[in-house]
Amino acid sequence: MAFHRLTCRLLPALLILVVSSVAQGATLEIGNGAEPGTLDPQKVNGNWETRITRALFDRLIDYAPDGSLVPGLAESWRISDDGRTYRFKLRGAKWSDGVPITADDAVFALRRLLTPATANHNATLYYAIRNARKVNTGQADPSTLGVEAMDDRTLVVHLSEPTAYFLQALAMSEAAPLPEHALKAQGDDWTDPGRMVSSGAFTLDEWRPQERIRVIKNPHFYAAKDVSLDSVLFHPIEDAGSALNRFRTGALDIAYSSVPSSRFSWAKNNLGDALRVGPLVAQYFYMLNVREGQPLADKRIREALNLVVRRDVITRQILGMGQDASYWYVPRTTAGGARGEMAFADWSMDKRMARARQLMQAAGYGPDRPLDLTLRYNTLEDHKKIAVAVAAMWRELGVNVELINSEAAVHYSSVNQGQFQVARYGMMATVNDPYDFLNAYATGGSAHKSSGYQSDRYDALVEQSTWELDEAKRADLMTQAQQHLLDDYALLPLYDYVSVHLVSPTINGWQVTPTDVHPLRYITIED
Amino acid sequence: MLSYILKRLLMAIPTLLIVITLSFFLMRIAPGGPFDGERQLPPEIEANLMAAYHLDEPLPMQYLRYMGNLLQGDFGPSFKYKDFSVTDLIAQGFPVSLELGFWAILLALAIGLPLGIIAALKRNTAVDYAVMGTALAGIAVPNFVIAPILALVFGVTLAWLPVGGWNGGAWQNMVLPVIALSIQQIAYIARMMRASMIEVLSSHFIRTARAKGLSESKVILRHALQPALLPVLSYLGPAIAGIITGSVVIEQIFGIPGIGRYFVQAALNRDYTLVMGTVVFYGALIVLLNLIVDLLYSVLDPQIRYDD
Repeated sequence: MAFHRLTCRLLPALLILVVSSVAQGATLEIGNGAEPGTLDPQKVNGNWETRITRALFDRLIDYAPDGSLVPGLAESWRISDDGRTYRFKLRGAKWSDGVPITADDAVFALRRLLTPATANHNATLYYAIRNARKVNTGQADPSTLGVEAMDDRTLVVHLSEPTAYFLQALAMSEAAPLPEHALKAQGDDWTDPGRMVSSGAFTLDEWRPQERIRVIKNPHFYAAKDVSLDSVLFHPIEDAGSALNRFRTGALDIAYSSVPSSRFSWAKNNLGDALRVGPLVAQYFYMLNVREGQPLADKRIREALNLVVRRDVITRQILGMGQDASYWYVPRTTAGGARGEMAFADWSMDKRMARARQLMQAAGYGPDRPLDLTLRYNTLEDHKKIAVAVAAMWRELGVNVELINSEAAVHYSSVNQGQFQVARYGMMATVNDPYDFLNAYATGGSAHKSSGYQSDRYDALVEQSTWELDEAKRADLMTQAQQHLLDDYALLPLYDYVSVHLVSPTINGWQVTPTDVHPLRYITIED
Repeated sequence: MLSYILKRLLMAIPTLLIVITLSFFLMRIAPGGPFDGERQLPPEIEANLMAAYHLDEPLPMQYLRYMGNLLQGDFGPSFKYKDFSVTDLIAQGFPVSLELGFWAILLALAIGLPLGIIAALKRNTAVDYAVMGTALAGIAVPNFVIAPILALVFGVTLAWLPVGGWNGGAWQNMVLPVIALSIQQIAYIARMMRASMIEVLSSHFIRTARAKGLSESKVILRHALQPALLPVLSYLGPAIAGIITGSVVIEQIFGIPGIGRYFVQAALNRDYTLVMGTVVFYGALIVLLNLIVDLLYSVLDPQIRYDD
């Protein structure tokens, strides 16, 4: 009786959506990790978002299936000898509403990208453009930015300094030309399905928040005849176990980040070729607080802590997903040729232990006077396991470790404010270049600010390497910079990350890439 | 009755105001902000973001701005889901959570109430022990254990039902999450119904009813059921509010586009506006459901009257 009345009150509020599926032809179903916060290519942040925006918006420079750079909306470009002027020739492509894509659209987009109100997360990557920093900090009008449209199909970008990774930056989601006419007409709602005008291989068809996003083939795309897929569905599945289950039942063709480390060996034995693992330009390391007054201001202690960590135990026994133990900072798969490694990388463990004990003794620590350290990590089972293992390894040196676990927001806030001694950190490059890694420890960079590390020589090497356009010379400068950092034991690297995805064997044209980009326009599905 | 309802609704205003104010300031006291992440942002970029969301203003100013917007029904934009306002997110997710929660509560009542009554009638027999033992197990096993097992058995191994997804609310997609959501409720309701039924059955008016020579089924249905339902009803108010606002575990495991996830994720992301939105929404829902329960009391129990 009671619940009968309740039913009457609740029933009118029920919404039962009956939506018929109209997908025809080849449809790709992707388990996409999380729900995008936005589909504005200049406001996206995570790879679950850029995977979609890159399918919707072509950039001047695009990615090939292997992640290398190929012409996109720009069919060719010329770089002046001093590396400061880039002249792009646009192809006669069209927006999804049939309007031609012009150099003005590219100028509009770059100005919008650096406008403070856009609050783009990667804006500093474009600070090489003349006046960009001033525009982005509100000190200059966007119209003063060093970009100009010479005619409908010629775009010129003026840099204040030559910048080696600039073309890489132009391949990123936020650098995509935007349809000025559509943004002006639609305002803030321009990313809604039915309103969005795009340039990529696909256009937005449907967005049901937390349920799915459907993109369909764009008939106006310049290479539309080469695109095999008719539509792609992105499902925001956050729980890795659920994504794995849905992949197993065949409901998903591709499931990103869907194998928790605890299920990895099972997946390896049971899913065979579908499991796709490859190196990423990302590093898992412990940040060390080297500020004056901190125990780790002493380089000998930093070296000793580095010496006794058995990285292979972490990569093989704790993780076991094919990660490479790292004695370096810039991941080995990164393009650009930054080499260098810690001096003890090929020593025996006995030799390392002996040297570590010596160093600790010289620093005034030993069995009678143990060193107390705190190690912070953010909440995740694997981070915990690694922290426990590292603490046990350090204990052999007489170091007492207090583990501090906190949720991500608290963890990173403490790290950013320098309130830590040792802290777990992960760094993923935005571009396939050592720039992000090396720049972080240079003065003004994020790791410099968190860890307190500062070296004039290191700063100079990093700065030179940013401007150097000769590849061999640049690789040498970056190697020197990295070696300098490693010789200072400024951090404690643990391993190079790997990407772990599931891809059905019926999918062709999908490759493992270092920056984890997988352009959809090349993908085909076997019958 | 009407004036009572009006009075209760008016009383809800200061309650909600306190809830909103407390949540607003507690959220800001928590360490870490919405832009603290693995990629530390350069100061220029962080300044742009703070300005875009008015986080660069003094806290009292932000509070007044928030309250001002709230009075106009504007919950503000979500920090994480930038293309949506908080109102959009709740409006899109709530019907899904409501539908799922409705069926789960219905299932829980349809199974829990009869089980509780049977256990009470067969008190201290094998039937009673079996029912209460199962109920205890239902309470003890959390739904983050039950849900993956259901998905694995019925979705992957037997392949009878989809393991996840919403598919516009197709019944096949609803079966497993509804069961997972209702198992604990069945257990709670059965236990509560049993306890209150036992109490009612030992009261004087039941003895009188039996003495009049009424059949046992009449005694139960006509006289015992109604008062025995009262404790279950008062439990149902907050329980329904909890269930129809979704469950983060169930939504993530079965990929359901409800609002349950926002309660947890918004707090972890320091998505201040979304946290406030969910708090206000949930608070208002509790107030409303408690009022409905109190009104239903007067229907079930003639001693309770709200007339002035």
